Amino acid sequence: MNPLHLHPAVATMFRLQFEPVQQSWVLLYPEGMVKLNTPAAEILKRCDGRRSVDEIVAELEAAFADTSLRDDVCAFLSQARQRGWLQ
Amino acid sequence: MDAIKPPLWLLAELTYRCPLHCVFCSNPVDYARHDREMDTATWKRVLGEARAQGAVQLGFSGGEPLMRDDLEELVGHARSLGFYTNLITSGVGLTEARAAALKSAGLDHIQLSFQDSTRELNDFISSTRTFDLKSKVAAIIKSQGYPMVLNCVMHRYNLPHVGRIIDMAERMGADYLELANTQYYGWAWLNRTALMPTVDELRDAEAIVMAHRARLDGRMKVLWVSPDYADAKPKPCMAGWGAVFMVVAPDGSALPCHSARMLPGFEFPNLRDTSVREAWFDSDAFNRYRGQAWMSSTCGDCDERGHDFGGCRCQAFLVTGDASATDPVCPKSEHRGKIDAMLSAAADERAQVSRCGVPAQPLRFVPGAVHRAGLIYRGDEMSLALTAASA
Repeated sequence: MNPLHLHPAVATMFRLQFEPVQQSWVLLYPEGMVKLNTPAAEILKRCDGRRSVDEIVAELEAAFADTSLRDDVCAFLSQARQRGWLQ
Repeated sequence: MDAIKPPLWLLAELTYRCPLHCVFCSNPVDYARHDREMDTATWKRVLGEARAQGAVQLGFSGGEPLMRDDLEELVGHARSLGFYTNLITSGVGLTEARAAALKSAGLDHIQLSFQDSTRELNDFISSTRTFDLKSKVAAIIKSQGYPMVLNCVMHRYNLPHVGRIIDMAERMGADYLELANTQYYGWAWLNRTALMPTVDELRDAEAIVMAHRARLDGRMKVLWVSPDYADAKPKPCMAGWGAVFMVVAPDGSALPCHSARMLPGFEFPNLRDTSVREAWFDSDAFNRYRGQAWMSSTCGDCDERGHDFGGCRCQAFLVTGDASATDPVCPKSEHRGKIDAMLSAAADERAQVSRCGVPAQPLRFVPGAVHRAGLIYRGDEMSLALTAASA
């Protein structure tokens, strides 16, 4: 299966939210928290199970006026999947 | 000192009431003295204040938090504030209806305790008939789609069962299994002689855990909480005193950890009349062991001080009598010998048992077994008796 056609979603175990006090997006899970940097947050926010990887890449490239993001996004998604953040 | 960072983690001990009588309970030995619980409105105010300060993880614990009939209301309130909500429960009282009501209130995760993989030892250690009930509760949790963490406190009696405990958790579909080697505070400290494993027993169990961990990779996480006496490495207790964690006891006392209220010479702020902000930033209790200024030169000159923060203050007090001492599990502590003595006493006992030809497993489920094992069960009467005796 071409991974670009997958529709990643944040795994049910995790919750993504913005924390005003930390001025940062975080991933919450049972008794734990991962503080996300801006690129990670921008990618995960779009992992809603509806957008394909292709669409996520296109949106980010448009939003950040940069047409070379595909490899970075795919590398991050693969890492996130390994950590169990995505389903 | 660096600027004080806000609390991230609030543990709400809603009640000290509990249907179980576990011999390693982390509640203070004198808990029965502190039986005035905060009401719903006060808890809601506390949750709101903690959230405003930045707390994001919230544990509902106790005692048994399901003993509070306002639990659903508090979970709903917490969730609407944006907390990630964890229920830490024995399972007693978690009916299908309550699990569903908590789910619709927004509860994120349930941590269920087991005492063993066998009914006999589970029921013996908790002095209740709860094994079958807990198994049913695990099925309810999974069927309602909650992430489920199973927690099992480990000690000499169940360490030989560790493989079967892992199998049980896997069968039940746990997402995480926390094998929590006994930390010796509260009731566990009273029962330390009876519960103490030998270093060999721990190493054998750990090898089994590591083998399963490789097998279960990607399916179920298995956490092995360091048995710090045997590992001889101070734990970064609470990630540092007053660094991320606040416990609120049922009566409103704000504490830097589960066990701190037994430390002498402290006046802990009470959230009935103090705000979370004042308690966290301004109270002497939360500031006492913040940073590194309080450390003796043993810790203050040590390269590990930024990782282990000097270890555990409560352990220092219990073993050395001085809460500001280096954690006595550390090989650099002048009191390390006291820890070694406890470990070698366990080894000596096993050696003696095998010389006498008595079976190595000393627990038998016969009348008088409790007395022979020398266990003190957590309970209101025992708590009051022990408090009166130490007064």
